[in-house]
Amino acid sequence: MKEKRDLKIQAIENGTVIDHITSGQALNVLRILRISSAFRATISFVMNASGERGRKDVVKIEGKELSVEEVNKIALISPKATINIIRDFQVVQKNNVVLPSYVEGVVRCKNSKCISNSSEPIKSKFSVLQSEEGVSFHCLYCEHVISEDIAENLL
Amino acid sequence: MKDFSREEIDYVLDTAEKLEPVARGEIRSRLLDGKIISLLFFEPSTRTRLSFEVAARRLGGQVLNLGLVEASSVMKGENLADTIRVISAYSDLIVLRHPLDGSARMASEFTSVPLINGGDGSINHPTQTFLDLYTIRRESHLDGLKIAMAGDLKYGRTVHSLCHALSLYGAEMTFVSPPELRMPSEIVRVLRKQNILVKETESLEEIIGDIDVLYMTRVQKERFPHPVEYEKVSNKLKVTGDLLKAAAPGLKILHPLPRVNEISPEVDETPHACYLEQAFYGVPIRMALLALTTGVIE
Ligand SMILES: Nc1ncnc2c1ncn2[C@@H]1O[C@H](COP(=O)(O)OP(=O)(O)OP(=O)(O)O)[C@@H](O)[C@H]1O
Ligand SMILES: [Mg+2]
Ligand SMILES: [Zn+2]
Repeated sequence: MKEKRDLKIQAIENGTVIDHITSGQALNVLRILRISSAFRATISFVMNASGERGRKDVVKIEGKELSVEEVNKIALISPKATINIIRDFQVVQKNNVVLPSYVEGVVRCKNSKCISNSSEPIKSKFSVLQSEEGVSFHCLYCEHVISEDIAENLL
Repeated sequence: MKDFSREEIDYVLDTAEKLEPVARGEIRSRLLDGKIISLLFFEPSTRTRLSFEVAARRLGGQVLNLGLVEASSVMKGENLADTIRVISAYSDLIVLRHPLDGSARMASEFTSVPLINGGDGSINHPTQTFLDLYTIRRESHLDGLKIAMAGDLKYGRTVHSLCHALSLYGAEMTFVSPPELRMPSEIVRVLRKQNILVKETESLEEIIGDIDVLYMTRVQKERFPHPVEYEKVSNKLKVTGDLLKAAAPGLKILHPLPRVNEISPEVDETPHACYLEQAFYGVPIRMALLALTTGVIE
């Protein structure tokens, strides 16, 4: 019953629900989607909701479907998120995000002496590893490892 | 250095050993006849540059020495990618030395000829590691080695990369340093995971009788807030004739040079001193790397 009411307040006709976002990452998801005050669609988000699989954030966007790049970036900060496409108030498609094993031009290396942070005509390159401790990014140029604050280092 | 397997390392060392008479000037070689080797150094490193130059010349190659690149008007303001593309069209092989981490890996994406990393940034200096391994093999032994590394183990990239390489040979390692300059715990953890016997201590006396090789490094004054603390540490980590009385007869002492005062001059005259020979071994090792990367030796 409570879920229903919640849904009523935030029901969208057409758009996307990003569900099961790692708790605390909702604002970073908005950042990935480059959503600012200039964005015209209606956004709602729930932070720290208790879901069936523990605490989560949820972001709902009216009138927007995500690009592949956006989905891939969300995977980097929230590997368990689901992307639900809503048409005519119904979930018509549900996809798990997929954590890539390699990213190019997406993450900035934290090592200020890394060649990928200089003015060379290259994109940053990282291999992505997932372990019990979480996701870590290994710079293929300087071997530096980023394992936290990934959202802050997204290009 | 992590890209090399033990077999590949052994092959480089074998090749260096074959070329050693050429390095000593006892045999003439024309292996690199007609080849142009460009030395592209973006930071001063006289020793490395000279030994590459000598290695190339001993093999009959021509050296295009670009000096210190920043001073060269040819490449003023140009990015490294363009410089590499231009120079690779002029040469058969490039040796690159650059202050930024990962620059060699990037350069290898832009070069049309083989490229040797002569040291990039603060992490990698693979030819130094090869020459350290070669020295150990020539002057001591790699199998069943007991080695101690002493000095600045926290920041010293040569010891980090040497540890990794020696782990491929199952060496026993002792790290001797003041607490503030200890080997990074992550490196120790990885070594132990590979079943490497690792000991840590602050005192050379304690271990000097029990090792085959002592690898000394320089402790930089700048790492200490007060000169007094620096004095204290550097006096503790000093190799003297006295200390060596307790050493095994076969003990060899290595040092990547330049040294400050961590090895007393009286040690130079003992059969333990190996650091000058080590500097020379830079030549056959770099000859081997030049010959193998240009493909004149398969
Ligand atoms: N029209 C809608 N407007 C806004 N949110 C919606 C709408 N329809 C579904 N949702 C939300 O989208 C998410 C997925 O909906 P679904 O009905 O698939 O839930 P579920 O069965 O709990 O799925 P899951 O197992 O992925 O958690 C839920 O958070 C739900 O509240
Ligand atoms: Mg649900
Ligand atoms: Zn990097």
